[in-house]
Amino acid sequence: MHEGISIHLAPLALFHIGTISVTNTFLTALTVSILLILFAFFATRALTLKPSGFQAILELLITYPYDFVRDTLGNDRLAERMFPVIMTIFLFVLSVNWFGLLPFVASIGIHASVQGISEFIPFFYPGATDLNMTLALAIIAFFTIEIAGIVTLGALKYAGKFITFKSPLAFVVGIIELISELVRLISFSFRLFGNIFAGKVLVLVIMLFVPMILPVPFLAFETFVGFIQAAIFALLTLFFTKIAIELHEEEHSSPVPSGEKVHLTI
Amino acid sequence: MDIESAKLISMGLVVGLGVIGPGIGIGLVVAGALQAIGRNPEASGKIITNMFIGIAFTEALAIFALVIGFIIKYT
Repeated sequence: MHEGISIHLAPLALFHIGTISVTNTFLTALTVSILLILFAFFATRALTLKPSGFQAILELLITYPYDFVRDTLGNDRLAERMFPVIMTIFLFVLSVNWFGLLPFVASIGIHASVQGISEFIPFFYPGATDLNMTLALAIIAFFTIEIAGIVTLGALKYAGKFITFKSPLAFVVGIIELISELVRLISFSFRLFGNIFAGKVLVLVIMLFVPMILPVPFLAFETFVGFIQAAIFALLTLFFTKIAIELHEEEHSSPVPSGEKVHLTI
Repeated sequence: MDIESAKLISMGLVVGLGVIGPGIGIGLVVAGALQAIGRNPEASGKIITNMFIGIAFTEALAIFALVIGFIIKYT
């Protein structure tokens, strides 16, 4: 790229261990993981049965999403198993996105030569601007969804959602569902990557033109985008799990669920 | 026109044209969802759930445009 602004699609390698290059995005993700683990360790060390202060806030932050997951899945046992994965995805993506907005990220680094050109390599760089990280998360989410579907419905029934010979139409629909299942890998990874990468480029361009006051609202917007993308990633994992554990056969025997009836009588 | 400039132009065109449809689509999805919430605020939880799934499917098309843009640029 030209002077003043450097935009790289691939993350820059800080150093190499054997043939594995340690990139700055990897270092960011690793740092965030360690911080999250340390936080979880120290926050849960002195738990009491009667929560007070800090613990009460933490419990509120955990129980609200848990109730949402349980209500969405409508299955307590599955919710207990799915909630850690979904919440971990949410917390990790949120922390990586917000960590990427801290002042020292992308500004403290070393000069090194990349393919013969001297280039500034920051120690930390927003983790989700690396397709490797988002693709890894997408693969985790993909297998979580598929395994939840197989465990809940059984392998044969779950496969029957995609390959059916009941009618030609059902067969075609099943094939389309199978493709859309696989396409999720692409859409999951590129959604997070595209949003964060575009946000980083936007902030860089704004900082190039007006370095003083103008980047502030954009950084505030990036904070919002970082939260929304983390929530979207976790929510989509949850919703796709819900789709995976449901058999979409025509079961219109009870058009009004029992819960609704109780509600209407009040 | 040499191949590099053709690639740059086509990448811009692919992404620019490719996001028009999903942009309109997401607008329609959210408009419908908000109308539904306005009519029936009790069901907002279910509506928002389905709205996000709808947005995800619509947005996937824009993401394909982005992916194809990258493929054009870097292959």
